[in-house]
Amino acid sequence: MARPDGVPLLEVSDVTKSFGAVAAVRGVSFPLHAGEAHALVGENGAGKSTIVKMLAGVHRPDRGALLVDGDPVAFGSPGEAKAAGIAVIYQEPTLFPDLSVAENIAMGRHPVGRFGMVDRAAVRREAAALFERLGVRIDPARPARGLSIADQQIVEIAKALAGRARVLVMDEPTAALTGVEVERLFAVVRALCADGAAVLFISHRFEEITALCQRVTIMRDGAHVSTDPVAGLTVPEMVRRMVGRELDALFPKQDVDPGEVVLRVAGLSRAGAFAEVTFDVRAGEIVALAGLVGSGRSEVVQAVFGVDKRDSGSVHVNGKAVRPASPRAAMAAGMALVPEDRRQQGLVMDLSIQRNATLPRSGALAGLGFLFGGAERREARRWTERLQTKYGDLGDPVGTLSGGNQQKVVLAKWLATEPAVLIVDEPTRGIDVGTKAEVHRLMSELAADGVAVVMVSSELPEVLGMADRVLVMREGRVVAELARAEATEESVMFAAMGQGAVA
Amino acid sequence: MSSDRLRRISWWDVAIIAITLVVLLVAAGAVDNFGSSRNFGFLVLDLLPIALIALPMTFVVITGEIDLSVASTLGLTSAVLGSLWNQGLPMETIVPLCVLLGAVLGAVNGLFVTVFKLPSLAVTIGTLALFRGLAFVVLGDSAVADFPAAFTSWVTGGVGGGPIPNALVLLVVLAAVAGLVLHATPVGRAVFATGANEQAARFSGIRVDKLKFWLFVSSGAVAGLAGVLWTLRYSSARADNGVGLELAVVAAVLLGGVSIFGGKGALPGVLAGVVLLATLQNALRLEDVTNESLNIVTGVLLIVSVLLPNLGRSLRATLRRRRLRAARHT
Repeated sequence: MARPDGVPLLEVSDVTKSFGAVAAVRGVSFPLHAGEAHALVGENGAGKSTIVKMLAGVHRPDRGALLVDGDPVAFGSPGEAKAAGIAVIYQEPTLFPDLSVAENIAMGRHPVGRFGMVDRAAVRREAAALFERLGVRIDPARPARGLSIADQQIVEIAKALAGRARVLVMDEPTAALTGVEVERLFAVVRALCADGAAVLFISHRFEEITALCQRVTIMRDGAHVSTDPVAGLTVPEMVRRMVGRELDALFPKQDVDPGEVVLRVAGLSRAGAFAEVTFDVRAGEIVALAGLVGSGRSEVVQAVFGVDKRDSGSVHVNGKAVRPASPRAAMAAGMALVPEDRRQQGLVMDLSIQRNATLPRSGALAGLGFLFGGAERREARRWTERLQTKYGDLGDPVGTLSGGNQQKVVLAKWLATEPAVLIVDEPTRGIDVGTKAEVHRLMSELAADGVAVVMVSSELPEVLGMADRVLVMREGRVVAELARAEATEESVMFAAMGQGAVA
Repeated sequence: MSSDRLRRISWWDVAIIAITLVVLLVAAGAVDNFGSSRNFGFLVLDLLPIALIALPMTFVVITGEIDLSVASTLGLTSAVLGSLWNQGLPMETIVPLCVLLGAVLGAVNGLFVTVFKLPSLAVTIGTLALFRGLAFVVLGDSAVADFPAAFTSWVTGGVGGGPIPNALVLLVVLAAVAGLVLHATPVGRAVFATGANEQAARFSGIRVDKLKFWLFVSSGAVAGLAGVLWTLRYSSARADNGVGLELAVVAAVLLGGVSIFGGKGALPGVLAGVVLLATLQNALRLEDVTNESLNIVTGVLLIVSVLLPNLGRSLRATLRRRRLRAARHT
């Protein structure tokens, strides 16, 4: 179905996009041909989402261009991308729940009848025709509320077609679908391709890529690795290209003889998030929770710390049960959580460095119930200095610091509580290499001092370099436990993606 | 002194205190009788209910919530006070009961906000109507007036019969307690953290729901106390006592530099806001401006106090953008 002259419907040509000093995408090129489903794969943070946002008109490339039918285009807004025939279907569809399915499809370009009124019959006819073309049965008159995620995605696709989309970008559409629903979605995608559309398909599941796609582009660390026909690639080869990096000596994990079990998590479950999660962490041990984004790692540690509720299961620290859904109880038991999202969960950006660093301990620092700043200042200075935090004044809002120094304040805030169990969620996300190494050294020292450390990380080198044991999560369950010696990039990725334990 | 504490006194606080002083001086010079000690007593009694209710309201607004039911709580406690007095209960029993009633009414707000997770704006608009309606159920259109002189004269009188009103002493003590709690205790730290980023506060082990619940309870209790004082001052328990007072309180709090979006504010500024509002109203009343027209002043001040910080912020943002653009072109 490719055009006879071989000009792709859409071409990504040598695009680069940076956020601050970090290049999210560097010099990536690949073509999308009419009639083809094209897979885009890479680890978390490889730059896939940035590519999607450029196609959607949310970001503009700093360098390079997008070519539609061979002509360069510059999208100033999502509306312009849509007008050029590019539609993006996100993992979580964004329909209006209280409007009918047909109204949702017609949204923004309602057919108008006499007297400028919306022609409801035409709206319904159009929806019915689209569903027929896609070969699915959804009642156009029913409200969008209550549709399954799979049906909502099909409505989104119908909406894209109604807007004359020729390029369909699907960002992990199958993450929340069951096997049957995936099959139905694939049938729809194949029908679209047969009609001459081009599809960009993003998924972490290799079996879906081999089943659906004709071509695959692999990205790593924002750079383009390869674009090849799927037929010529084996799954192990794809994994190797995705992760193939040199492990450097950034990770100074000291060898420690683990002591007694400090943290014991047993049968922890919450419907829709994670199920039957069981693990122990000994004093002096660093246990990593690895897995893809969305595999339930952060949800687990937040339930362990009590920020989130749990449906069942237990958490013990030093043999004593910890009351659920109470960060206070977790803190009293000796736990600390350095959360994933520094800006939303870790810090109060408008408050001063000093207030942030002492927030969990303001009760302990108060003399006779009062805080006049002295004790807080001494405490904040002690810990920020120990972590070599760079700041102008302890009274400055913490939001004025760089990402790395903000992270040090979060660490200071929790180390000041002298935890027996330190849980860190993505401890080095978005911070520079030097600070990264400091954070790693600090975690290693803490473990050597007998702290039980749980580390959630999406960076494989960090996981492999720091962890004594690696627990791999997939779809809310712990699917593999790998000792330091068994853990390799391949074995962790295979477990995370559901391809068996060994490459 | 840490710059943290210096920064707490913002340009807005300085401005509002300065404006308040200017208004006081102008009123003393230009308005007949404004400076008299008799009028000073009236001024204190006028601002007493606003100031009292503004104390917990400051906490509530800094946590990012609001309590609009306070004036109706005041009205309902006033009606209940009158009704209980008619039934012959001793005043010594009625007064604590009324404060307790206020606390219970506040707990109702707190429950809806923290347990059912409803927005406080909607909840307290609802209870604003509900509590006022209950007040009319309790007392109807009638008024109760024959309160014991020992109580009414304590409210209107001065310390030891002198020129310093008893009410002022009460207010100063409560304001000092509120100021200490807000600015120098772990509870105060939790209030600011919750208002600035509720999620981060929860992740830091702050029991956000518990905090908010007790703030609504205190807001109700203080409104109940204000209801008692209001009734005794005018020696009149009526269901419509204090109608519209919540607007004056919110205006004073926002005028005092508390952010309607939560997370920012300081008690000295709020007290200045209260004094400014009450002084303007008192002076205008001495100039024979009608009560209805005074509402215009409250309304304008409320809008100005929300508008100015926003204007300032967007002006700064625009300037910054322009500078950036200029820097890029050079």
